[in-house]
Amino acid sequence: MSNLESIIQSCKEVAFDLDFKQAKAWKGESPGRIVVGYLPIYMPREIVHAAGGLPVGIFGGGDRKPIVKGDAYYQSYICHIPRSVMEMVLDHQMDHFDGFVFPSICDVIRNLSGMFKQHGFGRFVKYLDLPQNFVPEIGGRFYIHEMEHILRYMREVNGKEVTAEDLNHSIRLYNRNRELIEQIYDLREEFPWRLSLEEWYYVLRAGTVIPVEEHNERLHAVLEAIRQPIGTPQDRIKVVLSGAFCEQPAIGLIKAIEDAGCYVVEDDLMLGSRMILGPIDDQSDDPLEAIAHAYLTRSRYSSSIYDVHQPKEDRLEALVQQRNASGVIFASASFCDPSLLDAPIFQNAFNVRGLRYIAFQYSENINQFKVIKEQVGAFADSIKLWEDEPAEVSIA
Amino acid sequence: MKKYYLGIDLGSTTSKAIIIDEKDQIVGRGITNTRANYKVAADIARQEAVYDARFNLLHAKIQPEIQANPSLVKYLEDIRRVFQYVQFRHRMLRLEELLAETAQSFQRHDNDVLEQTLSNILQTIRPRIRDGFLHRNLGGQNQFFRDIVSEQYNLEVSSVPPELYEPLMLAFDKSITPVENEMFTQSFEELVYEAMRYLNEKYQGLADQPNAGAQDDWYYAELNSSSKSFKSIERTLTQYIDDVVKEEIHIANMVGTGYGRALLPFPEDCIMSEILCHAYGAHAIFPNTRTVLDIGGQDTKAIQVDKHGLVTSFHMNDRCAAGCGRYLGYIADEFGLSLNELGPEALSATRETTICSTCTVFAGAEVKELLHNGEERPNILAGLHKAIVQRAMSLLARSGGVRNEFTFTGGVARNQAVLKYVTEMVRESYGELTMNIHTDSIFMGALGGALFARKGMIQALPKEVAAKAS
Amino acid sequence: MSKEAIKEKSMILQKEMVEGLFNELDRVQETGKKVCYTFVPGNLSELIRCFDMLPVYPEINALQNAMRKKSAGYIKEAERHAHSEDVCTYVKCDIGMMIKGNIGPTGSKIPDPDVLLLSYTGCFTFMKWFETLKRSYPNAEVIMLHTPYQENGEMTPQMTAYMVQQLEQEVIPKMEKVSGVKFDPEKLKKILGLAREAQDWIARIFETTKHRPSPIDAYFAGVYYIGPINIGFRGTPEAVAYYKELYNEIMERVLQGLGPITPEGEMPEEKYRLVVEGPPNWTNFREFWKIFYDMGAVIVASSYTKVGGVYDLGWRHDPDRPLESLAEYCMNCYTNLNIPQRISLLSKLIKEYHADGYVTNSIKSCNSFSAGQLAMMREIEDKLEVPVGFIESDLVDPRYFSYSNIKNRLESYFQMLAQRKFIHETQNA
Repeated sequence: MSNLESIIQSCKEVAFDLDFKQAKAWKGESPGRIVVGYLPIYMPREIVHAAGGLPVGIFGGGDRKPIVKGDAYYQSYICHIPRSVMEMVLDHQMDHFDGFVFPSICDVIRNLSGMFKQHGFGRFVKYLDLPQNFVPEIGGRFYIHEMEHILRYMREVNGKEVTAEDLNHSIRLYNRNRELIEQIYDLREEFPWRLSLEEWYYVLRAGTVIPVEEHNERLHAVLEAIRQPIGTPQDRIKVVLSGAFCEQPAIGLIKAIEDAGCYVVEDDLMLGSRMILGPIDDQSDDPLEAIAHAYLTRSRYSSSIYDVHQPKEDRLEALVQQRNASGVIFASASFCDPSLLDAPIFQNAFNVRGLRYIAFQYSENINQFKVIKEQVGAFADSIKLWEDEPAEVSIA
Repeated sequence: MKKYYLGIDLGSTTSKAIIIDEKDQIVGRGITNTRANYKVAADIARQEAVYDARFNLLHAKIQPEIQANPSLVKYLEDIRRVFQYVQFRHRMLRLEELLAETAQSFQRHDNDVLEQTLSNILQTIRPRIRDGFLHRNLGGQNQFFRDIVSEQYNLEVSSVPPELYEPLMLAFDKSITPVENEMFTQSFEELVYEAMRYLNEKYQGLADQPNAGAQDDWYYAELNSSSKSFKSIERTLTQYIDDVVKEEIHIANMVGTGYGRALLPFPEDCIMSEILCHAYGAHAIFPNTRTVLDIGGQDTKAIQVDKHGLVTSFHMNDRCAAGCGRYLGYIADEFGLSLNELGPEALSATRETTICSTCTVFAGAEVKELLHNGEERPNILAGLHKAIVQRAMSLLARSGGVRNEFTFTGGVARNQAVLKYVTEMVRESYGELTMNIHTDSIFMGALGGALFARKGMIQALPKEVAAKAS
Repeated sequence: MSKEAIKEKSMILQKEMVEGLFNELDRVQETGKKVCYTFVPGNLSELIRCFDMLPVYPEINALQNAMRKKSAGYIKEAERHAHSEDVCTYVKCDIGMMIKGNIGPTGSKIPDPDVLLLSYTGCFTFMKWFETLKRSYPNAEVIMLHTPYQENGEMTPQMTAYMVQQLEQEVIPKMEKVSGVKFDPEKLKKILGLAREAQDWIARIFETTKHRPSPIDAYFAGVYYIGPINIGFRGTPEAVAYYKELYNEIMERVLQGLGPITPEGEMPEEKYRLVVEGPPNWTNFREFWKIFYDMGAVIVASSYTKVGGVYDLGWRHDPDRPLESLAEYCMNCYTNLNIPQRISLLSKLIKEYHADGYVTNSIKSCNSFSAGQLAMMREIEDKLEVPVGFIESDLVDPRYFSYSNIKNRLESYFQMLAQRKFIHETQNA
């Protein structure tokens, strides 16, 4: 097995370990270490790291967990991820977590935070109300208070006082992490056959459950490996995958999209890990202010951020162009309000602007993709044909 | 005069009736498929229960003589089978008439061929069904008129020339529903004597011509044991039958329940929720029951009861019908199996395929893909059964879990694969505890209704009831 | 009771207020008044009034369209425009209405918004809704007021400060700009004083259901009572007069020992007292109500009537802390409370209003209400040992209202209550 293959394999194992054994082992290595779980989309992991903690992404049970207890808590018209999260926590798979952070994303996850509080899971449960006001003195100040609240909770668990230097150190590591991730995206855009979306997804998702230092090493190794001319290019179209930022589609779906004739060169699957664009100031005397500032001024768009001043359709279109993609695949989790309510906004704009897309819904536990594969295949074929047409038909 | 009490459970798939006596003993059970006309369904279930009660009375009456004359039991069983067949036959004759009329009305250019084909089909299936009743206990296999006829009819129609297929199926669809919704009121006496005449002819014939069995298409096997003494047995039995026929089954009170209860032509205070009835019925059979799971056609219910059998809490599946009996029907259709074949095939699985979706919309596609990928059918079926039971387990969790003795009721409890997974999963989640599954599980709601009918604990103004009780 | 008697004076007052608002909306082209689209939870009626603007509530239009049987067509229209079947039907009903020319429930065209005021309280979908509206009204000013969630069951000084800053630096300046009216703190104080009075009255009104029999239904009639206070009249003398009159009428019923008035007249006997969680269904409102009153059930308290403000726990607008109290008002709306707070509020209602049962109407459209309702119900059943009932429907999508399904469940529920009451009473006899 090549080095790349073995990295991918081990990333796959940790990324889908619903018992979070690696986090448990890490915590056991040294006293004072804490594990803090967080839900999608974005959470400033730097502050957990600075407090001697391991932030662990909770992305649901996917298609690997039969749901019994979780269904007892949710009506049939609510998305799937909160069920599997409840199932996992009730099955004691997260007993070694010291706390849980629920970043503001939607009403379902917001209320899940209250259910965690009511059940008394973990030593603390924090709903992180990310600001919807983007003025640094207003929204920024509020955001800093929110982060301080989390720091206070962590201090209550391990007694560690977090210094500016601690935070700056953590910021540097995550800056590096984001930088490496973007470098790989850039390379994949050019040579998408060197690392399939499936493989890349394993590596990316592993980064939400292992220490950032370790993830940076793995990313670096992956980057080195795909700088080599490996693999064979195929006749596929380049697409952007959009809408799957919270409840994750089954691996089978990710594979089905590429197998049906696409290279996914941009996606929002692990949006939180890439939320901040460019480095956060790592020299600041007030690192929380630096984190807040970066979020307010240099973050990606998401379905959970009020976008009126920076319309998301413009930003997605820019992404499509930046990645030289031929179209967008909108994949929304069933019953996902944020994603599904964005869909008409995107699609209406794309219809006007002549951008190509298809849209479908999935659920993390649904494992049949025949129809989706056919749809995507037809989409890819139509674009291939269309791209052979004379230039005047192309995007105006 | 003896008093009897009737409970009718009008479910979405089957309608059940139970008659109890003043000592709360079950004296008769009746079941039929629910159909467009709920009143007919309820009346048939009731009629069946009354017939059953009379046969049971008959059985009780001959009890003292059985030791001396064991053939009596055999003969009584024979009569019951023929009795069922006789009932079936009346309806079948009506269906044949209607089929012929319908086919005639099509006025196709090839109508004579069509009518001839229809007639041939009916000729073919008639003896087959009769055999089924008399040899293979077709009447006792949870199959109803519609199921039995359409199974045979479809089989024959599948091999007719293609141009006749459509009209023949159409004729059937047009004819079966009115026939099914028709009420045939024959007295027990008429039917039982008709059944006995059938038997008589045959026994007689057999006694006269010892080798006649060879060309006879029915009944010779059983006859061997009783052909010699049938005359004397018949005489004995006739006396008892005359007694039983005279006996009035006086229904002093009745309660209707079930999904379709609102449509029953009962007075309002004779209608009760099936939740209460299922719990009460289950509690009557198993007094230590504290948690009842009922998987019906349309609903799944998790019910908690107290020591009196009264409901303290209940939860029903939400609007999504995944995990109910109807889902099993859907799956059966998907595989082209009959409902009765599902469980046994699932039990033959070597492992359970993971089925993620119990959504009726998604599951079909998932199943197709799994089959396409070479999964074994029994394994998929096992996975589907397991998935349904998982939904039921969620509902149990929603209602507070299994608290003590656990009783599983409803039609789906007859499915052995469901039973297996319920047993496994209840043990897994709640440890070792007593689990009750009764052969009468499908009748629990009707039984509860009958018990309420007797005790008069019908929903009334609480104060009035309290005054009555004190 | 005769039909005439149902037309109480309070109903006439309410009718006048609502008609007045719609008339004013019809005349904006003449009067030049500015139109402000906003939502009920966390509505800044006092501030809107301060700038002489007219409020439009999209979710009120949606529910009124549903009561007039128009919502199904609008929802389908939105679904034809890429809206998923899975999402909130208030949004789809509104979008569909807009596509069809924005003819409101009264039959006249609703004026376009000059400002979209998103006091974004307790519901993420509001945000998506206004993102969608902004695309249809590109010239409308957008004001976002982020109301922090009471995630820890508290309103911290930081949360209040965040909101006050937004009010001072974003909301008020933009409203000044749109309306051309200078912000007058004294005017706001006066309005807040009147708001407080109306709140006192409405709190007393919803306490009358502690009487036996309850003189009103706090859910089915309650949704009418909260109308004025939620749709822009809070802070007006008219609202104060309305609530005072209503209170007096209700107290009159209490003195006479009368139960609630239903669409079919007076309820003859109060058999069951219930607390209901969740919004009602609007498409089949009358039918839905009838199932309850036919069985002698009266709702003595409901969480839905608190979406536009929770006044049970003593909170009121405070003219001396104008912006702070606007902030607190928003944060204190029911759907902005966390799950443990909701459980504790409902438990308090069940106990103090002597409820026999607790019923959840789980609404497909509304995750803010619905996600977590099963956990809340479990907790309440375990702690209070009160019989719980669970039904499902939708706000304005008639496809999701199954009469027989709901009736079946409620019948079972009421029969269970009857049995329990029977046992309880015979044991105590």
